[in-house]
Amino acid sequence: MQFEFERRVTPSRRVMLAVPFITIAITVVLSGIMLLIQGKSVGLTFYAFFIEPFESAYSISEIFLKFGPLLLIAQALAIGFRAKIWNIGAEGQMIMGAILAGSVPVYFTDSSSIFMLPAMIVLGALGGMAWASIAAFLKTQYNANEILVTLMLTSIALQILYYLLLGPWKDPMGFNFPQTVMFQDAALFPPIIFGFRLNYSLVIPILFTIFAWIYMEKRFGGFQLVVGGLAPQAATYAGFSSKGAVWKSLLIAGMAAGLAGMSEVAGPIGQLQRSVTSGYGYSAIIVAYLGALHPIGIIFAAFFLAVIHIGGDIALVSADLPISSVHIFQGLLLVTYLASYTFVNYRLKPNRANQEQMEGARS
Amino acid sequence: MNEDQSSLLSLRGLTKIYGSLIANDAVDLNVSPGSIHAVLGENGAGKSTLMKLAYGVVPPDAGEIYWEGEKVDHWNTSIARELGIGMVFQHFSLFETLSVVENIALTIKGTRKELIERINDVSAEYQLEIEPDAMVSSLSVGQRQRVEIIRCLLQDLKLLILDEPTSVLPPQHVRALFDALRKLQDNGVAILYISHKLEEIRELCDTATILRNGKVTGIIDPNKKTAHELATLMIGRDIPKIEQRQSANKSEAAVLKITNLSVTNPDPFGPELKDINLSVFGGEIVGIAGVSGNGQQELGRIISGEDLRKDLPKSAIEILGQSVTDKDVTSRRDLGFSFVPEERLGRGAVPPMSLNQNALLTAFKDGMLKNGFIQNNAVSKFTKKCIDDFKVKCSGTAATANSLSGGNLQKFLVGRELMLAPKFLFMSQPTWGVDVGAANEIRQKLIGLRESGVAILVISEELEELFEITDRIYVLRSGRLSPSLKTSDVTPDEIGEYMIGETREETAHAV
Repeated sequence: MQFEFERRVTPSRRVMLAVPFITIAITVVLSGIMLLIQGKSVGLTFYAFFIEPFESAYSISEIFLKFGPLLLIAQALAIGFRAKIWNIGAEGQMIMGAILAGSVPVYFTDSSSIFMLPAMIVLGALGGMAWASIAAFLKTQYNANEILVTLMLTSIALQILYYLLLGPWKDPMGFNFPQTVMFQDAALFPPIIFGFRLNYSLVIPILFTIFAWIYMEKRFGGFQLVVGGLAPQAATYAGFSSKGAVWKSLLIAGMAAGLAGMSEVAGPIGQLQRSVTSGYGYSAIIVAYLGALHPIGIIFAAFFLAVIHIGGDIALVSADLPISSVHIFQGLLLVTYLASYTFVNYRLKPNRANQEQMEGARS
Repeated sequence: MNEDQSSLLSLRGLTKIYGSLIANDAVDLNVSPGSIHAVLGENGAGKSTLMKLAYGVVPPDAGEIYWEGEKVDHWNTSIARELGIGMVFQHFSLFETLSVVENIALTIKGTRKELIERINDVSAEYQLEIEPDAMVSSLSVGQRQRVEIIRCLLQDLKLLILDEPTSVLPPQHVRALFDALRKLQDNGVAILYISHKLEEIRELCDTATILRNGKVTGIIDPNKKTAHELATLMIGRDIPKIEQRQSANKSEAAVLKITNLSVTNPDPFGPELKDINLSVFGGEIVGIAGVSGNGQQELGRIISGEDLRKDLPKSAIEILGQSVTDKDVTSRRDLGFSFVPEERLGRGAVPPMSLNQNALLTAFKDGMLKNGFIQNNAVSKFTKKCIDDFKVKCSGTAATANSLSGGNLQKFLVGRELMLAPKFLFMSQPTWGVDVGAANEIRQKLIGLRESGVAILVISEELEELFEITDRIYVLRSGRLSPSLKTSDVTPDEIGEYMIGETREETAHAV
């Protein structure tokens, strides 16, 4: 029996709601098999992934620490994705945000001005926007593919960061390590609870989520973006600017990613170093899709991925899992999600005709 | 059924289902040898699906196919071709960058010399003259159709299937086609002829199978019925006649004025608009006739502002006396311009979005926004009124655009644009893919609108439609516009001459 995909007349809402759960179930089964092959304990691993993160106040606070930047970037990327502007380079925009924000404490090492942090926030946002605007300019002016441009700009941003860390911004007292000085308190977000790394930068993603929800659900600007994504010809027909959509999508994402980068250097990392992004720029793509590109869905998705991140870290130790297994697990999650999502728009149907033809050919 | 013995192709109980749509529901069809058999039905009745089943392009979900009285299993295109069935699709399958003989060599065996000889023989016999070495890209639509028919004739043809063959032809070419088809019939070839044009079928065919909503509603002799009776069978109810009154209040100044407009086309095979002069006054309906692909799309986008060319002279396009040549869609709409494009899904409407959202698409300036926030109450009030006033059949304001039938969606789009109280309405192919009933309602609306002084421009392939509603007609051919012709003073044949162009030259060796 052969099957073929048949397009549904209307996307199935039931399947859409079931997709996240199906995704998680299949991922758990597949990674369970992977663990068995590796000879690791399945029970122990899932315990480490899903239960242990909630067993201590500290690891719960760490979940929220990861939750923040994932949420912030994913919300912004989702806005662009719904307009079918594929910004894959939030990572680079994040780095530029971190660099520009980091320039303040690097040049004003001794300042304890209260304007320090606000200046860093503004510069962080501008850094990300500036980087994203290069892609927007090339797209609108020369129709350069934004997937490639944003991705390549990420490599460039990384090299700029490396140059600064190895050259002009290197901490003179840092034993030649590629990192800047540790930032003074005035350049850091205060912790929400003393002793934990979780800090007030979490306010930014929360505010941004409210903004994203209002923008996409209530504002005409969001509607225009969605129309451009679903039916570009209809957008032209209605007089919505397609160049405007490119600029809006990329600038919003650049701003969010820049702020996320800023929050990292002004938060848990506290300096500029090689790994300022922790891969949030890429993980956020998964989060955006796992949340069905919807502001509310993305909250859950970001939380889930944050749990897995922390769970992965824990599993490395307590379940003795290699780091690549953690990556495979996260990769499985996205692939299964995309595969499951197909069923929102399509259904499987036995292909009788094909089968008959095959039999006909055989006889 | 006794006549099966004598029938060439017999389809029994064919059913084809696409998703939730039953395109063909247990359809029977018997084609006798040497007959011209019509399949008649309005848009969306399942004609094209039935032909695809007959030619084996798609397999049926149920039913049997008999050839000369014998059941054929695993019916598919190659079996159909072997048995002597040829088909000319509505959209031709020719490569533009190859010559006629090269295109034919792709499916017919033989050396180049043999093929050229055979092409010349066949074209002489049926007076389907064609230059075998001509590039397809240089051929007119009628000539391309001729290539397709000749390709079918080069095989051992017993049955020729034609899908809406005249929809792309000017009246003069239709006659040449009919002559060729009758000669084919004399040579014993049966023809299966799909059309929704009643007069043609009455002129040409011996038998007609009528389809409605995927079901056979009658097998009749078209010569014994009037066109009106056929139409009633086709749509299942009576159609009212449109009352045509003389235009009363034509405006003094032109509402749309296009002066010496020439536009290049980025597509090397696409038509270029050359030296277009066009004016539309308030209180009149102006039609642009012509076969699609002669620059209709291009002209449409230039008028709407979707294709914005800033390098044109300022005087090229004027709406209500103002130059809009370098103004975008929104500023043109602000002047009182409304537009319904020929593609409804994906251009006039966003397919997966609700009617509410689709109302917002172009009517957003009608009090639907407050500081950029969407006012849902205002939107749904507008949508509801549109659905009620224009009798749009749908499940409500939340119904998605792609859940509506072509006719109902068109009614919604026309309603949306009319509710904006335009001073200038532009419609491209207003009744493409629209059922007869809805088409009638739309034409009625246009005429009513004209009475209230609105300037209306209609691009249409359907000559009958243009003759029914317009005051003046232009003909667009190869990107050039004919002079303005008063509808009451011209005949379809004269329009047809403009559609063909330099009539005499071309007829001399081509028609």
